[in-house]
Amino acid sequence: MTSTSAAPRDAGTPPRGGSHALMTGSGAAETRLPWWHLAMTAGIALVVSAVILLLLGVFSIPALVLLGYVLHLIIGYTYSRVREGRRWAMDRFVTLLVFGAFAVAMIPLFSLLWEVLSRGIHKLITPAPLQFWTTDMAGVIGGMDAGGISHAIVGTLLITLGATLISVPIGLFTSIFLVEYARYGWQKVLGRGITFLVDVMTGIPSIVAGLFGLALFITITKDPGIRIGFMGSVALSVLMIPTVVRSSEEMLRLVPMELREAAYGLGVPKWLTIVRVVLRTAIAGLTTAVTLAIARVIGETAPLLLTVGSVPMLNTNLFSGRMQTLPTFINSQYGAGNAVCNSDVMTNPISGIDYACSTSINFDRAWAAALTLIIIVMVLNIAARLVSYFFSPKLGR
Amino acid sequence: MSSSVATPSSPQQDPPAPAAPTTTAARTAKRPGDVIFSGLSIGSGLLIFLTLALVFIFLLIRSWPAIQTSRELTGNADAVSLVQYVAPLVYGTVLAALLALLMAVPIAVGIALFISHFAPRSLATPLGFLIDLLAAVPSVVFGLWGGVWLVPRLEPLFFFLNEHLGWIPLFGGTVSAPMRNMASASVVLAVMILPIITAVTREIFLQTPRLQEEAALALGATRWETIKTVVLPFGRSGVVSASMLGLGRALGETMAVLMVLSPGETFSLRILQVGQHNTIAANIASHSAEATPDVMARLIFTGLVLFVFTFIINAIARAIVSRTTKS
Amino acid sequence: MAQAINVEDLNIYYGDFLAVEDVNVTIQPRSVTALIGPSGCGKSTFLRTLNRMHEVIPGAYAKGVVEIEGSNIYGNGVDPVNVRRRVGMVFQKPNPFPTMSIRDNVLAGVKLNNKRISRAAADELVESSLRGANLWEEVKDRLDKPGMGLSGGQQQRLCIARAISVKPEVILMDEPCSALDPISTLAIEDLIHEMKKDFTIVIVTHNMQQASRVSDRTGFFNIAGTGKPGHLIEIDDTERMFTNPSNKQTEDYISGRFG
Repeated sequence: MTSTSAAPRDAGTPPRGGSHALMTGSGAAETRLPWWHLAMTAGIALVVSAVILLLLGVFSIPALVLLGYVLHLIIGYTYSRVREGRRWAMDRFVTLLVFGAFAVAMIPLFSLLWEVLSRGIHKLITPAPLQFWTTDMAGVIGGMDAGGISHAIVGTLLITLGATLISVPIGLFTSIFLVEYARYGWQKVLGRGITFLVDVMTGIPSIVAGLFGLALFITITKDPGIRIGFMGSVALSVLMIPTVVRSSEEMLRLVPMELREAAYGLGVPKWLTIVRVVLRTAIAGLTTAVTLAIARVIGETAPLLLTVGSVPMLNTNLFSGRMQTLPTFINSQYGAGNAVCNSDVMTNPISGIDYACSTSINFDRAWAAALTLIIIVMVLNIAARLVSYFFSPKLGR
Repeated sequence: MSSSVATPSSPQQDPPAPAAPTTTAARTAKRPGDVIFSGLSIGSGLLIFLTLALVFIFLLIRSWPAIQTSRELTGNADAVSLVQYVAPLVYGTVLAALLALLMAVPIAVGIALFISHFAPRSLATPLGFLIDLLAAVPSVVFGLWGGVWLVPRLEPLFFFLNEHLGWIPLFGGTVSAPMRNMASASVVLAVMILPIITAVTREIFLQTPRLQEEAALALGATRWETIKTVVLPFGRSGVVSASMLGLGRALGETMAVLMVLSPGETFSLRILQVGQHNTIAANIASHSAEATPDVMARLIFTGLVLFVFTFIINAIARAIVSRTTKS
Repeated sequence: MAQAINVEDLNIYYGDFLAVEDVNVTIQPRSVTALIGPSGCGKSTFLRTLNRMHEVIPGAYAKGVVEIEGSNIYGNGVDPVNVRRRVGMVFQKPNPFPTMSIRDNVLAGVKLNNKRISRAAADELVESSLRGANLWEEVKDRLDKPGMGLSGGQQQRLCIARAISVKPEVILMDEPCSALDPISTLAIEDLIHEMKKDFTIVIVTHNMQQASRVSDRTGFFNIAGTGKPGHLIEIDDTERMFTNPSNKQTEDYISGRFG
């Protein structure tokens, strides 16, 4: 009988929850069970699945949660169907599904953050804090428990800086064109085309950007073996420009038209109005936009694999020689796998210092570098949000 | 009508100079600052066009040797066949992306609904932030996590599937640990494309006309009925285009596949068996370091295929998005 | 020096659409001219052609002659930027620059144009402009505080100070009180009375009482219907316009029969 409509049913029965039930929206006056019925069915589902798993002899917490969830979908639905009717049972079912979807997405997020933190922290603080960040990989071989990522950190920062220096002017001027100039006639048409292409460009696979950097420089220098930091910067800027354009466009559009008119009304030329009023007003938002764009490309791996290669020592010259970066370092350490230890002590052929041997050293370094990279990305993200929080002018009234 | 304008009559009034009644939409001399600035702006905009064109042109130039000497173009049976080279890679790429999509889209739609319609309003922003956090994680870290943490944990599930559902071709074949197979790689891919699909879908769901939703609720619809009759029909094209954006991402993602999948070159459907598949992107990344010039040209050709592929898919997706948001 | 404005055969377009048709009018120096009329009649559009501000809107342009001190601001080679330095403008919503202090807002016309100005000259300009806008006494102790911290009425007077700091000949006001409370409105109206000693003022207002209070002459704009161009129906001494208008449409509007 509930399958028809809520109204006829309500007419006969007085609202259960008192007068407020009428105000809390649709169906509040229908037979709805309090929340603890839901908890009860969930409990039953868990107990039943625990029994099943124990009987099968495959009990584990993840299996319990998974089976319990699935069983609850069935038990909870059936229970609600009997007590509340088909429509509300379906509502409960979907609600559970949707909560489940969110919970499922949290598993990779938290497990990833936890794994990176717990596995990476050890190498960052032993043998001495920060030593991992201040040494490089010169002379480190086999399972030698030594080495660090100073060269990779510097390489990552330099290459990303190069990409930023290329992308920000181009991206910013493009967004200025879209907001300030592409407003009428052929410029508007051009603006539409650019907006579309920028959107499409955000979807360029990063490996294609890397191939582009490679193809471009091989064609220019005629050297098929060329691998320099600046190639990486160019490749990254292909990925960075569209993000800069889109986010700074958004920021420029937030600047009220009235401010531009105020400046025009004072006899300020258009370009000075843009520089000294529009950009000045949007500066906090633009800083945020650029920082987020940097955070996005700083972890890119594939383009750098193709364009800058890998090297165990510090190289600060963007225009000559290979460079190490954090993402490619993680990849190569991971790819090296477990080390073989034939003796307990290994000697660095360059420095002559003895080190212990560790079979898991490559993975340890990969996790520590991953933690470093995540820290950098998170610091950039937080910094971006702080900038926009503290320095944005209050525009509206 | 216009002749009824009152004429001024004050005597101290300056006699109006007999200015020529010219039409004066005339172009005036531009300031150098304005000329330079608008030039830079338009130039940067055009550079976007140019960049995309250059990507295509340079990939074509560098892959030309491979195309030129291919069996298809020369007719020489001894030459390397580009189609035979690319086909399994394309198959692997599409398979990985579709599997990832199959897993990610339902979950992403669920999350988007959760954030837009189920979670308390005050929690919507922080919960959305958590999902965005997932997008901030570099792909290489996903690869590391996938290869070290996830793969062993998927083992029981994959053995179970193979044992009990092995008659389905997808789950058939010989399954052995470590599970560096297509299924594992596409799980990692699914996690990686989840944020973008969620973000776009959530935006569309939040744009559902409030009045329609309230009308449905006022008629006594449950929350699910409201979503089914109002929100989902409204957001359908958004979900489609979000999925296509996710597809574009999944097609081009390198690291997750490179670090998780043990490659092969077959057209096998057995996603639980290792050494069967590879994707274009991962293939380029793993072979580029020691590639000879002619291998490099072939790799770049596969990159060109990937570029054109993702370009078309993204273009369609964006066209759908912009059409929906406009109307 | 305040200057007369002489408008001949002015037609204003948005793209292909003729928004205001065939305006002929002369505005005396050192007077206040109010423009009234129903919404969408083109009075604001007309106002904005007097300093070529309408060109900011994409596709908008004007044909005809607007002379200020005998020179046509629509003549060949005339830079709209220079026109706007001679003809200041005050907008509907107070729009001080949110990134600037009160002092910098007043100096905006100088500073945004990258002009050099000595500290002493700047101080003097700030004081004289703020005094001219009746704001000096209220803000002299907090000149370095942000302009956005003022009340709406004070912000609008700050915008007036900003407009007069570049020493224009004409000041255009586009419904300057529509976003303000009655007390702030009164302060602005008093200010307009004083400013007429130095400037030619043209003000667009929705409020007929305001037009009758502040202006020497009043012009009435009207449109025949949606999509039709606006016309200047009649302009005359304010007193006559409100007591004995010569046009039936004006009378209907003023007596509240429409609009």
